[in-house]
Amino acid sequence: MSFLQEMEKYKDLDLPEFFSKIKDQDVLSALRKEKLNCYDYLTLLSPAAESHLEAMAQRARRMTIQNFGKVMQLFTPMYIANYCDNLCVYCGFNHDNVLERKQLTMAEVEAEAQKISETGLKHILILTGESQKYSSIEYILAAVQILKKFFTSISVEIYSLTEEEYVRAVQSGVDGMTMFQEVYDSSIYKELHLAGPKSIYEFRLDAPERACRAGMRNVNIGALLGLNDWRKEAFFTGVHADYLQHAYKDVEVAVSTPRMRPCAAGFSPRVIVNDVNLVQYITAYRIFMPRSGITLSSRESRMMRDHLVKLGVTKISGGVTTAVGGHTKGEDSSQFDISDTRSIEDMAQMLYSEGYQPVYKDWQGLY
Amino acid sequence: MEDLFTIGNTQLQSRLLIGTGKFSSNKDMPGAIEAAAAKIVTVALRRADSAYEAENILNYIPKTCILMPNTSGARTAEEAVRIAHMARAMGCGDWIKIEVISDNRYLLPDNQETIKATEILANEGFIVLPYMSPDLMSAKRLVDAGAAAVMPLGAPIGSNRGLQTIELLRILIDEIDLPIIVDAGIGRPSEAAAAMEMGAAGVLVNTAIATATDPATMAHAFNLAVQAGRSAYLAGLGRVMPSGAAASSPLTGFLRDGEVL
Repeated sequence: MSFLQEMEKYKDLDLPEFFSKIKDQDVLSALRKEKLNCYDYLTLLSPAAESHLEAMAQRARRMTIQNFGKVMQLFTPMYIANYCDNLCVYCGFNHDNVLERKQLTMAEVEAEAQKISETGLKHILILTGESQKYSSIEYILAAVQILKKFFTSISVEIYSLTEEEYVRAVQSGVDGMTMFQEVYDSSIYKELHLAGPKSIYEFRLDAPERACRAGMRNVNIGALLGLNDWRKEAFFTGVHADYLQHAYKDVEVAVSTPRMRPCAAGFSPRVIVNDVNLVQYITAYRIFMPRSGITLSSRESRMMRDHLVKLGVTKISGGVTTAVGGHTKGEDSSQFDISDTRSIEDMAQMLYSEGYQPVYKDWQGLY
Repeated sequence: MEDLFTIGNTQLQSRLLIGTGKFSSNKDMPGAIEAAAAKIVTVALRRADSAYEAENILNYIPKTCILMPNTSGARTAEEAVRIAHMARAMGCGDWIKIEVISDNRYLLPDNQETIKATEILANEGFIVLPYMSPDLMSAKRLVDAGAAAVMPLGAPIGSNRGLQTIELLRILIDEIDLPIIVDAGIGRPSEAAAAMEMGAAGVLVNTAIATATDPATMAHAFNLAVQAGRSAYLAGLGRVMPSGAAASSPLTGFLRDGEVL
């Protein structure tokens, strides 16, 4: 089974027409439902639902506290390489961009891990550019062996693997994977991913499912907001999460809602996704998927993040650098500019002041 | 006479067990546990971190309580057993609440894997309290596997929906010779009282207390409700009249027809 088949069910769905028929009453009715179906979710993503944002936010907050408690998982990303074979026109790591390419040695991985672990964090997300030549699975898993000394939960945000490779990753101690489809619209995908392995839409689309089959505990998906109509991308991200959660019940399926940030590629977003849109997306998704995690990165501003923690988010980053070796060395050659530069300690203080317990450790790796 | 019940070899008075997830701060926990007069406190081992003292949840459990680590996050019996071993190695004692959940949407327990883990850990000397879906045959197998109590759900974890499984809970209370502790789903003190009135040995509450605006006051309310429900059970509930009055013409009057008075 592939999510492509699930997407087929919606091939005749005409979004503008669907949205044009949504009335206030439809939004209220979706909001009153105990369990929402995909069309109810789409109703909450409609332009008409924008005028019910406060009611959506109230319900999203209530449901998040009920299901997750007044707690917020903290994490930080660690970039270990930035070589990339792809030509994604919007990305700072894009093969044709002139920037210093680096890959951490194992000693440097250990130094970064040591530095990050001093914050108390026990969860780490490692990232590479997408180069199987420079950042081979062997290289990544060797880094994982070092990270296991410092962290109890290790996630990867790397190129799409085969199912067998995901199995190897799980057996090596990786318990989570993040894979952004970037854009679910396949024709836009092809326009933006000009070359490299990532240009194969289907292989990327099915990567989260291969990870689920391989026994990954946490699978985090998302669309990069700014490449296409956000309502359509939010809808398919939600449908994808629902599809994975239904098929792989033991996996914790989560979504991220990344908005495009300035980067070395100099690409301007095709679509502006404003703050109201982002709040509508996050609250609609929470109401549709009450038990699913929502991850919020440091792409968002301090002001937005302080408010979004109350509206459905369950996992938030701190102390972020998107440069290779950035935790121990200075900032250069980053993938994109972050907006909220607060440290883990600053984030913990903010969370406490908002009535949330920062969680540094929420899994004990069984290795 | 004191109204005690026994789990393993421990005699207990407090029938309100407390969960520790979902509090807005670890610092809120001691006050809530005290207000609940709870003796058994469960903590997800996944959250415990002895390397970070200030944020280590274990440091916020009063020393007078029995610490009962739980295997939250385990998807199989094997994972539950490994987590229990880690708990023991961390010095958390021999009590263990088994949670084996491979359904992330409703967090329903996997009874089969729970029975397997119970048997392994009971044989290793753990005092095992398994969380389960209320099913009589599974409960019997948990007894045979060496469980110290059986903890059926009233409704899915965190749902605050009350005793949705009431008919099945009643059967377990009647038929299982171990303490039945209703775990999960209890959203308000009146529901805890209802479980106790039915004859449950105790209840385990987390979400309803931890996410209350004032957790300590809510914990106190649960304490009173559990005591009230238990007293009502011991006192013997009065007869509940069916709807409509009793028949004015007795249906068995004919049996006395012709009696010589």
